[in-house]
Parts: sequence; structure tokens; C-alpha cells
Amino acid sequence: MPELLVADLSRWQFALTAMYHFLFVPLTLGLSMLLVVMEGAYVMTGKEVWRRTTKFWGTLFGINFVLGVATGITMEFQFGMNWSYYSHYVGDIFGAPLAIEGLMAFFLEATLVGLMFFGWDKLSRPAHWLVTFLVALGSNLSALWILIANGWMQNPVGSEFNPDTMRMEVTNFMEVLFNPVAQAKFVHTVSAGYVTASVFVLGISSWYVLKNRHLGLAKRSMAVAASFGLLSALSVVVLGDESGYALTDNQKMKLAALEAMWETEPAPAGLTLIGIPNQAEHKTEYAIHIPYVLGLIATRSLDGEVEGILPLVAVAEDRIENGIRAYTAVETLNDNPNDVKAREIFEQTKTDLGYAMLLKRYVDDPATADRATIEKAAMDTVPNVALSFFSFRLMAGIGFLFIAVFAVAFYFVSLKRKVPRWFLYLALYSIPLPWIAAELGWVLAETGRQPWVIDGVLPTFMGVSSLSATQVIMTMVGFTLLYGTLAVIEITLMIRAVKLGPGARILPQGVGGGGPDTHSDAVPAHPRTIQFDK
Amino acid sequence: MELPLDYATLKVLWWGLVGVLLIGYALTDGYDLGVASLLPFVAKNDKERRLVINSIGPMWEGHQVWLITGGGALFAAWPYVYAISFSGFYLAMFVVLAALILRPVGFKYRSKRESATWRTSWDWALFVGGFVPALIFGVALGNVLQGVPFDIDRTLRATYTGGLLGLLNPFALLCGLASVAMLVVHGASWLVVKIEHGHVMNRAAKFGQIAALLVIVFYAAAGIWLAVTGMGYRIVTDMDPNGVANPLRKDVVVEAGAWLTNYGKYPWMILAPALGFIGSALAFVGLRNKTSLSLIGSGLAATGIVASVGTSMFPFILPSSINPNASLTVWDSSSSHLTLFIMLIVTVIFVPIILAYTAWVFKVLFGRLTTEEANAPGTY
Repeated sequence: MPELLVADLSRWQFALTAMYHFLFVPLTLGLSMLLVVMEGAYVMTGKEVWRRTTKFWGTLFGINFVLGVATGITMEFQFGMNWSYYSHYVGDIFGAPLAIEGLMAFFLEATLVGLMFFGWDKLSRPAHWLVTFLVALGSNLSALWILIANGWMQNPVGSEFNPDTMRMEVTNFMEVLFNPVAQAKFVHTVSAGYVTASVFVLGISSWYVLKNRHLGLAKRSMAVAASFGLLSALSVVVLGDESGYALTDNQKMKLAALEAMWETEPAPAGLTLIGIPNQAEHKTEYAIHIPYVLGLIATRSLDGEVEGILPLVAVAEDRIENGIRAYTAVETLNDNPNDVKAREIFEQTKTDLGYAMLLKRYVDDPATADRATIEKAAMDTVPNVALSFFSFRLMAGIGFLFIAVFAVAFYFVSLKRKVPRWFLYLALYSIPLPWIAAELGWVLAETGRQPWVIDGVLPTFMGVSSLSATQVIMTMVGFTLLYGTLAVIEITLMIRAVKLGPGARILPQGVGGGGPDTHSDAVPAHPRTIQFDK
Repeated sequence: MELPLDYATLKVLWWGLVGVLLIGYALTDGYDLGVASLLPFVAKNDKERRLVINSIGPMWEGHQVWLITGGGALFAAWPYVYAISFSGFYLAMFVVLAALILRPVGFKYRSKRESATWRTSWDWALFVGGFVPALIFGVALGNVLQGVPFDIDRTLRATYTGGLLGLLNPFALLCGLASVAMLVVHGASWLVVKIEHGHVMNRAAKFGQIAALLVIVFYAAAGIWLAVTGMGYRIVTDMDPNGVANPLRKDVVVEAGAWLTNYGKYPWMILAPALGFIGSALAFVGLRNKTSLSLIGSGLAATGIVASVGTSMFPFILPSSINPNASLTVWDSSSSHLTLFIMLIVTVIFVPIILAYTAWVFKVLFGRLTTEEANAPGTY
């Protein structure tokens, strides 16, 4: 039995490093795509302003990209470091997408990103565009593979427990690959990245317009961001993450928790717009209901039922009892792999094996658990309802806001209207919002899956390494200091690069800057200069 | 579904493929680590520093992926090894991570400001990002050769009983120094091939020659140590190479000289240590004459030295010093038959593609870098 304190600390450490890593990922995903669009315009029109626009956003991309790379190494290694039993238990399935991510995606983006920054004078225009495209492709493919891995944690298809090796093993790789939860997550996450980059570009361009600087670059960037952003914002909401929520008991639990729906309602269920979930008393106070809506969204039908939290807890109780039989059978097989009777029981009950392990929080041998302990363990399958409920509402609210923002931006841009100042300010101050929404999305996805690290298969506390609390605290302090320092440096450099603007002399690095432009429409590298592009 | 390759064959192929990934890392990022370790010593002013930094600037990021993919491949192909070594070497892994995290930001942020303090600080960060991983990778291999204090219970949960300081024993430190020397030779050889003739190259060649001699000394010393102290483990039960991956179903003994028996059994394996020595000697000559022989030699040396760790230990991957029966071997620590097969297919498809575009990038960036180019706008 692992130590619960170590498990909690390891969870905090994972949350800290993953959420920090994800500050950089969405912008990389989206901005790389926007660079492809902008550089595409340069290749097709040959206009210098598009080249300068691409290089400017490329500089910001570079500052952001390195921290994504730097913090990504931690992600790849800390499964083994902090989640050793998890790595053993599911490495046969979970390791594959991670390795494929390296071979198919990381190599591509990391090998070519150097040419993207340094290859402007060494490559033809189309060849350089191709390099930019392949970097964007690599980033987006890496999202695909890591979400196939994460999707499997949420919906562990195509695999089963092997008592000979005491771990989960793959039985059908295609099911892992085409896991519907993974597909939904991929579209949702990538679209969210595109929204993030669009908001970023729109906001900074708005600031330039407000300051009356770099107008040619700003207007063109706004046009690209508005159209790309509108499409992405629609996609992120419409193709939300919820489509997979009807698949398994635990996915159903996540849905019920984020809706704070304690009991099953007659179909189609109503949606609780807002309220205050009370986990101790199993009710939601001050709830405002909208009839029918949830049933329609969650089941895409009028008669599909959305199950409530408490009925799902009752299901979990049954599965725990079944799981105890599986656990006992595995113990027998461990001593004698040829025990036919135990093998038979195991085959009948193996899908509930993970449920018996929920009892390990309270008893060493699940077979000795009494009724009260089983009930307590079943109640553990309910995640933190209030956290799920509020993070979902805030995230979704921000999502809808973005549709409005981009629709308005698109209106101004496509009709070539002068953009009013209030909107420019709105766009500028919206810059932090996509990051907040993205982080909340992960909070929902990962805390909503608790107490499982692999839904229904392995409880989170079982997955940790045999470390001491001191060791975990040491690395956590180390990461916090290192990451904190780098965040300050990163943001400072980013703001500095934005203030200096395109073609700045003092910013000679990366794609951007590139030193003062020697072309006819180049701007003097003076921060105060107002720029009129052709 | 009947797979076209049997389990035992796949296990051996994956032993080779993990080796290829590790060697790929040593050959590519190895010289980046070496160059970064040399940075403060071969480059005395800002212009020289930028020459050195930009000699690896556009490519190091792709090289580092060999390590990341190596981690992913260990996870996928040898989950026990990934789980037990990464959690066992916990604090050492953190130190490596912290050092590696400094590298990307060091490259990208160093020349973004004019301040001398700013730039010198990042130069030292880059040095740490090169030297520390080079040292710890060697120390880790030194510990693996000796056996690592871990045990596995009946649910296959592993417990590691050593600490960070236990890793720093004399033999492991010797391996660490050999690793640093090896990568410094490789880095110096890269500088000889990549940058313009001048002071920086001369210094690099000088340091490189010393390091090449040290590689030969340290590597020979480690080999003699291995032979004299009688390091090694041997499986004493009959193991079915096609058997299930459960490391608790065999008996292992500590046996003096077991790490050298493979060279008697499979004489072709002698090629690995031989390359280690020959490559270092070639690198020394190449560095002396400042020819591209240096890089060929250092590449061969790195290949041979990394490979020799594998050939000495085969079929062992991670022996346990406190419960030798729980040692991880090629036969009982891998993923399932199906996973090994799928991952083989993926690897066979993608590694040639990776090599192709990496070669293309080398070609685009081919040519000696001048101090002037390295200090032009748009560089690190």
C-alpha cells in the first residue's frame, strides 16, 4: 500500500508541472497554425509586410515555444519518477502513444524549428513555408498522440488485465487509437489552442491600433485572427469534450458531477445553470434549472437518460463486491498460475478488478472489507462536485464569450469598418482568458476523473512510486523555484518584444526581428515610430 | 492474431532498438552537451561565445528529442525498466531535468539582452545544461553496471532503498568522468568541423586532445575495475525467452566476471569496446590535425562505449543488488508481444523518415560558421 501523503504530494506536483506546461502548449498549437496562414499570404502575394508580420509573430512564438519544450521533458519523465506503479501497470498501453509522439511529432517539430528561425536566407520562399507548415504539423500531431494517451486514461478501451504480469496489456490497438474520447479531446484541445492564439494575436494587434503603431501589421493580423478565431471558437464549444461522457460509469459520473446532478431525472434531463453544490448533503442549493437541455446535449436525443451521482454510487458498490472476487482470484493465480477455478472467476469478474483496489485506502486485503467500508469506498467514486461544477461553468462561459468577441471582430474586419476603441480594449484585456479556460478544462478533466488515474482500472493513490514525502517535497520546491523564475523571465521578454514591435534592432533573435528590414517599406526601428504599410 | 515475429525475437530486437536510440542521442545531442561543457573555456569573449553557441544553435533541439523519445520508448517497450530506474534515481533525475530545462531557455534568451551579466549568467546555465547531464548519465550507467538497490513485491510494486549519495560511489564517478570526457571529445570534434579556423578552434582542439586521452584512460580503468572486482550477475534458472514478462520467476546469482563472459560467448561483441578505444585514438589524431577525422573518431568512440555497456550486461538490463532474483532482463521486463510488435512497425517506418529530414537540415546548414555570421542579427 503506498503512502497517501506521497500520493497527494505527487498529485500536486503533477498538477503543478502539467498546468505550467499547458501555459505554453495552446499558444504553440495555435500560433504555429497562424504562422502557416500568414507566411502562406507572404508566399502567395510576395508582399514584404506579410513577411514582417510572420517574423514578428514568429519571435513571440519562439519565446513561448522554448518553455513548452523545456517543461515538456518533465512531463515525459515524471510518470516514471513519481508514478512508478502506474508506469508498470499501464506502460504496455500508455507508453506506446508517448513513444509514437516522440517519433512522429517531436522529432519533426524540433528538428525543423531551427530552420524555421534560421533558414529565412537559406531556403526558397515555398521551402521555408513548408518548414513552417511541418513545425505546425508536428505540434498538432503531438497533441493528437498525447490526447490518445490521456483519452485512454479516461476511457480505457482495447486492453485487459493479465494476472501473469500483474498489469494491463493491450488487446486491440485500433480501439486505443480510435477511442472516441480521445478523438473528442483532440478536436476540443486543438481548437482551444487555436482560440488562444487568435485571442493573443487579436489582443496585441488591438494594442498596436490603440497606440497607433504598426498599423499595417496590426490590421492584417487582426483579419487573420478574427476569421481563424471565429471558426475555432465555434468548434471548441460545439465540439465540446462532452460527447464521450455517456460511455462508461466513470465518464457518466464526471458528467453528473459537473452538472451537480445527484439523482437521475426523467429524460430529457434539465440543466442546472447555476447553484451551489453541497457534497456532504448530496444536494445543490439555490439551483436555477433549464428543463430538457442537458438531456439533449449529453445524449443527443430526447429519450436518453442522464444518470445521477447517487445511482452511480450504487453501481459502484456492486462493482466493488464483484471486484473483490476478481482480486481474490488474482491473488490465487499469483501463487498458482494454473489454478483453473480461480482463472474462471477471474475471467468473469476482471473488468471490476480496479474497484476492489479502491478498498486499499482502508484495508490491506480487500477481501476483509466490511459493508460500511465498501459503502465508503463506493462514495469515493464521486469526485469533487463543486470544483467540477464551477470550473465547467467558468470555462464554458469564457468559450461563449469568445464566440461573441470573434463574431464582432469578424464583422468589423470583413466590412472593413473602423474598429471602435471599446472593442480594442475588450480584445486587449481578453488576452488572459483563454489560458484560464484551458487550465479550468484540465482541472475538470483530471479532477473529474478522480479517484481514478485510469478510469475504473487503477485508483490514483495506487499509482505512485515508493518515494518518501521528503523526496517529493524537495523536487516540488525545486520545480516551483525554477518554473517561477522562468515564468517571470518569459513574460518580461514577451512584453519587451511586443513593445519593441516588428523590425526592432535590439531584438535580433529568432524568426522575428531579423534586424532592420532593408526593403522599401521597412520601418525605422524606433519604438515610437508609426508605421504605414502599403 | 498470429504475429509474424515471435516474442523472443522481438525482445532482442527491442534491446537493439533501445541501444540505437541511446547511441542516436550520444551521437547527436552528445556533441551539444560537449560543446556546452566547453563553452566557458574555449570562448573568452561575447563574440567567441556566440560563435560556439550558434554552432549548435539551430540543431540541438531536434537532437534532444532522441532523449525524449528514448524515455518514451523505454516506457513503451520496457515499462519495468522505465518505472524502476526513473523512480529509483529520483533526485538524480530531477537534477538532470533541471539542467536540461536551462538549456532551451539559455539558447533562446541569452542574446535577447545586451547586459554582460545577463549573458554570462546564461553562458553558465548552458554550461550546467551540458556538463551536469553528461556527468549524471555516466554515473547512472556506472550504477546500473554494479546493480541497483531495488526490490519488487508480489504485486510487482518496486521499492528502491538507495539515496542520491549512494549513486556517487567511486566506480560510478569514474564512469561519469568517462562520459564527460567522451562527450567533450565529441563536442570539440564538432567545433573543429563546424567553426572557422582561429583561437576558439585551437582551444577546442587542445581540450579535445586531452579529453581523448582521458577517455582512453578512464574507459580502460573502468574495464579493469570490472574485471578485477568481479562485477556481474548471472541467471541460473532455465528461462524461456518466449516467456511472460514477470521479473520474479527466475533465480540470479552475483558472479565474479559475469560481465565479461559475453565476449567469450559472442566474440563479435568485442567490436564494441574495441571501437571505444579505436574511435578515441582516431579522434585524438583528427583533433591534432584539425580534420574531420576527429568527428568520425568521436562518433565511433561514443557508439562503441555506449554499446559496450549493453553487450557486457546482456541479457541483463537493470540488475538488483539487494534481491538479484528481481533483476530486470531482456526476457522478463518487456511489454507484451503485441505492443513490441506495433512499436517495431512504427519505429521501422519513422526512424528512416527522421534520419532523412535530419540529414536534409544538416545539408541546408552545411558549411563552416564564421564569427561574423554567428554575431549577425537573427542568431542566438
